Amino acid sequence: MTAAINKRGSILRQLIALLLAGAAVLAVILFFVVQGFARQLAEESQDNILNASVTAILDTAAVQQGELTLDLPYSAFSMLGNLSDDRVFYAVYSDRTFLTGYSDLPQIGTPSPERPLFETVTYQGEDIRIINAARRLVSEGRLVTLTASVAQTRNGQIATLNRISQNAAALGLGFFLLTALMAYLAARSAIGPLQRLAASVSRRGPQDLRPVAAPVPAEMVPLVGALNNFMDRLTISLARSEDFIAEAAHRIRTPLATVRTHAENTLHRVERDENRASLREMIRAIDDSSRAAGQLLDHAMVTFRTDHLEEEEIDLSALAQDMVHRLGPLAELRDISMICNTPAPVVIHGDPILLQNALRNLLDNAIKYSPAEGDIEVSVTASETQAILTVRDSGAGFPVGDITELTKRFARGSNVDGIVGSGLGLTIVDEVTRAHNGALSITNNPKGTGGCVTLALPSPS
Amino acid sequence: MRYLGLALALLITPLSAAGFEVEDHARFGPSDAAQVVRVISTGDIPVFSPAIAKFLELNPDVAVDYTVASSTQLMLALNKEGAEFDVAISSAMDLQTKLANDGRTRRHQSAATETLPAWAKWRDNLFAFTQEPAAIVLSRSAFDGLDMPQTRQDLIAILRQHPERFRGRIGTYDLRASGLGYLFATQDARTSETFWRLTEVMGGLDARLYCCSSQMIDDVASGDLAVAYNVLGSYAKAREDLTRFEVVLPADFTTVMLRTALIPSASEQPELAGQFIDHLLEVAWSETPLESYPFTPINQNRGEADASLRRIRMGPGLLVYLDQFKKRSFLNEWESAILQP
Repeated sequence: MTAAINKRGSILRQLIALLLAGAAVLAVILFFVVQGFARQLAEESQDNILNASVTAILDTAAVQQGELTLDLPYSAFSMLGNLSDDRVFYAVYSDRTFLTGYSDLPQIGTPSPERPLFETVTYQGEDIRIINAARRLVSEGRLVTLTASVAQTRNGQIATLNRISQNAAALGLGFFLLTALMAYLAARSAIGPLQRLAASVSRRGPQDLRPVAAPVPAEMVPLVGALNNFMDRLTISLARSEDFIAEAAHRIRTPLATVRTHAENTLHRVERDENRASLREMIRAIDDSSRAAGQLLDHAMVTFRTDHLEEEEIDLSALAQDMVHRLGPLAELRDISMICNTPAPVVIHGDPILLQNALRNLLDNAIKYSPAEGDIEVSVTASETQAILTVRDSGAGFPVGDITELTKRFARGSNVDGIVGSGLGLTIVDEVTRAHNGALSITNNPKGTGGCVTLALPSPS
Repeated sequence: MRYLGLALALLITPLSAAGFEVEDHARFGPSDAAQVVRVISTGDIPVFSPAIAKFLELNPDVAVDYTVASSTQLMLALNKEGAEFDVAISSAMDLQTKLANDGRTRRHQSAATETLPAWAKWRDNLFAFTQEPAAIVLSRSAFDGLDMPQTRQDLIAILRQHPERFRGRIGTYDLRASGLGYLFATQDARTSETFWRLTEVMGGLDARLYCCSSQMIDDVASGDLAVAYNVLGSYAKAREDLTRFEVVLPADFTTVMLRTALIPSASEQPELAGQFIDHLLEVAWSETPLESYPFTPINQNRGEADASLRRIRMGPGLLVYLDQFKKRSFLNEWESAILQP
């Protein structure tokens, strides 16, 4: 039973969210920076051309025969027309006396000849960029300050800015999308080792409690250290409990044998029928218990040996014949005939003790669940890659519903009431098969009654 | 009612009612029309009546009230008087540009204006519908035995060689009276210094000053004048008595004026005004020359084909010669060249 995992948040989502937020902020900053530069550049270029225009106008001012003359150069305004189709205004003052141009054009401050003034103001309902520049002239021995303003509406500039803004927005969006993609990839690669570790741990077999040996990034060293440590402790604890079970079973079996001997002796001596019956009942229970203790020991042994498999070349056919021979007397007790169908030797790599144990458990079960005078068939065949051992009986078969459950510890079929058993037999068979990289299949005999257990073990190539 | 009253007043006393000088006036279309487009123009009525007739044909419930004024009076009417007109048509590009620059015009955008090339409109306020070169008109009889001059330099040389033949028989615009003459002269002066030499020579030969192209052409046709300088070529070429004179587009450079239309900001029916302008543009820019278009077809890329044609560019540059200082000094210069004692 696995406890529900208490889940909160996701590192991947959190990472992506953080990186995306960062990218969005950067994209917005990029947009405004580009727009700001563009605005500055557009303003500067308009200012420069206004400055060139006003300079050209002031340059033509001269005093001729005591009279101030001003000869507006054609280029002063046509250069503004080159920049855009914007409206142009101008005004020229001599010492605050209006000379020519647009008399209602706003005057911004008092410029010095060295430094013209720029400003954006509203005129005739439109935003205009205006420059105000000054020049000093000497007229009839008197210093005259000539100031000229040139102004231009900003439609062209705004159109340019809008175009640049659109480009900047596209740039920002592209930047954001690119960083979003990179954020996703970065986040994926950051949690990659975590996922690989999780996959490698969950891929392990139930018995595999080795420490994680694959290299991990520095950040994961504490986690993997803790995991390894935990598995160490688990291994020790498991070994201890197996040891404890084996020890306990062993300690119970010996006194049980003594109790059984005494009970049999007593059975010969008592004469009253009800006493003999209860003694037989007692012997049966003792048999049951000692058998369970034996299987617990077997299981402990199997568990130990599967961790330290001692493989050698063995002939599965000979092994089967030997086991059938050994259990022959037990079968004869119930008039069950056992047939060993082994046409040829089948050699595999395996642990003979474990395989014997498994086969004995299978045959034990077959004898136990077969009716009196039933048949049991053991056959060993070989295909190119596999050695197949099959045990068929003529018993009640397996209950269809819980075939997959039967290999679990202490699980017993639902149709075995009244027959003693520990529920460990098939567990042992399953563990042995797995230890040999084989497959166990439990089916019912399609022809007639009885169960059929097949062990498919890989044969050496 | 007010406009109708105004129109009637114009009909009855066309020369004094509006406060500016009206040269001519006409009303086209049904007298009970629902809408009246009031047009003020520097163009003569016969020149524009075919285009107007076509417009009325397409818009039967509209009448056109057509007032002719000089470009200066037109400027006065729209700028100072604030008279209510829906469309202003003028050959004085500088004054039209000033009106547009000073915010006295309305923006107009339509399918027709979209088709214009960039040089034929300004700020979507000013729309060109003609290209009219400034020509030299020469009397064939006066040049009997002489080569017809093809450039200003040729003309100067001939005038200098035969002062007696040409004395008192040279005509040009009086820049003080004619906006178009002033525009042509300033553009000439901007392009080449030859203009001033020619003016000196013409002044030395007691040049006669005119208000209008048509009178100059009349006088050349009648033999009174031998040379008329800076005459609207389109007017001259439209004359039936073309055999008496030759129209020369100077090969050194020919200034090309664009006649433009605009919608004054005082117009109270800008949509109708826009329709009228669109009609004018469609007639002008049609691929095939239309009978209702009295000018040399605008759509034949003449400017591009002939390098000597210099189209006057619409834009703030035109404001320069309207500056009172600039204008005064230019006219002073011109007067001292043309009016020689």
